[in-house]
Amino acid sequence: MREREDEWTGLMRSAISGDGAAYHRLLKAVTPALRAAARRGLARAGQPVDQSEDIVQDILLAVHLKRHTWDANAPFAPWLFAIARNKLIDSLRRRGRRIFVNIEDFAETLPSELAAQTAPASEVAAQLKSLPTRQREVLQSIAVDSASIKDTAAKFAMSEGAVRVALHRGLASLTAKLREK
Amino acid sequence: METDQLIRTLAADNAHRVRPVGFVLALALLAAAPVSVAMLFAGLGVRPDLMTAMRNPFFDLKFAVTLALAIPAIAISLHLSRPEASLRGWKWLLLIPVGLLLAGIASEMMMPQRLPMMTRLVGNNSRLCMTAIPLMSLPLLVAALIGLRHGAPTRPAVAGAIAGLLSAGLAATLYASHCTDDSPLFVATWYTIATALVTAIGALAGSRVLRF
Repeated sequence: MREREDEWTGLMRSAISGDGAAYHRLLKAVTPALRAAARRGLARAGQPVDQSEDIVQDILLAVHLKRHTWDANAPFAPWLFAIARNKLIDSLRRRGRRIFVNIEDFAETLPSELAAQTAPASEVAAQLKSLPTRQREVLQSIAVDSASIKDTAAKFAMSEGAVRVALHRGLASLTAKLREK
Repeated sequence: METDQLIRTLAADNAHRVRPVGFVLALALLAAAPVSVAMLFAGLGVRPDLMTAMRNPFFDLKFAVTLALAIPAIAISLHLSRPEASLRGWKWLLLIPVGLLLAGIASEMMMPQRLPMMTRLVGNNSRLCMTAIPLMSLPLLVAALIGLRHGAPTRPAVAGAIAGLLSAGLAATLYASHCTDDSPLFVATWYTIATALVTAIGALAGSRVLRF
């Protein structure tokens, strides 16, 4: 646990000093922990745990857009879980606690038993459609076609700077749309 | 979009950098301050006997108290802009202005007074004080909330309340230069009511606009 968290802190330090590969590895590394936390939260609130992926993506977007609030001298895990908790509470509130089932006793076992069944996330994809064309195209090119910024720039006859701007604006407005929902 | 695809997209945006919260907060407050100062000069003006008043320690104490509220509130709001932050260890800073006021009241009690206590407490400007401080604090409150929105406060109502204290402290600093009531009893009563009002507005606004 301790080692894993030290590794995260190290990766995040590299990431903020410009190492994109370290950032990619970090986000990959924290995702299973976020997924487990989202499942526990859903189970405790009596919600179907297979909805966890939307929450995971919500958390990842917040981590990305708020990473400047992380103090590079502090450990990364407490910051990460504070963001995760905030997003989890927020999305449980938005979903409303319509199902009042007390399954607190099962909370620890239920998620792992159902670990294989997870519905694909749908919220980010749905909001993606409402973005301005340019931003949507850039996001899709990088996300779905796994094109680099350079390739994306060539494909749409844009400058790399313009691709970067469209990418960031797209991610920021996706997050805003998810929050308003 | 699959989570792996989202992660790839976020990693591609790693080069994007934003300014630290402190920078944005400072910039927003610096932009709002002239508005509040203009409100002071246009609506109230500084008191005509300013130079004489500066020799009165109770006049000076007003600024010490209001700044002792504003400066720690700025520090606390910056702290609360981090998601994992809590008030623990920080809330004691807010007792500094309270302590200063109590010391002021005690030392005024020990001096011979021309006016009875209730007269000093009620003063001449209580209604103005309760309107002017909240009004002048509004531009600063908006600025503080803009600054904090740039952060990631996980307790939006608390962060909003601290933004309220911050802006009330700064507005009260301005108002103190107009107000001719220098008794610490007056300050403890009416400035506190005005500050509480702005704090409540801040908490309410914060719980709406500071969620992320």
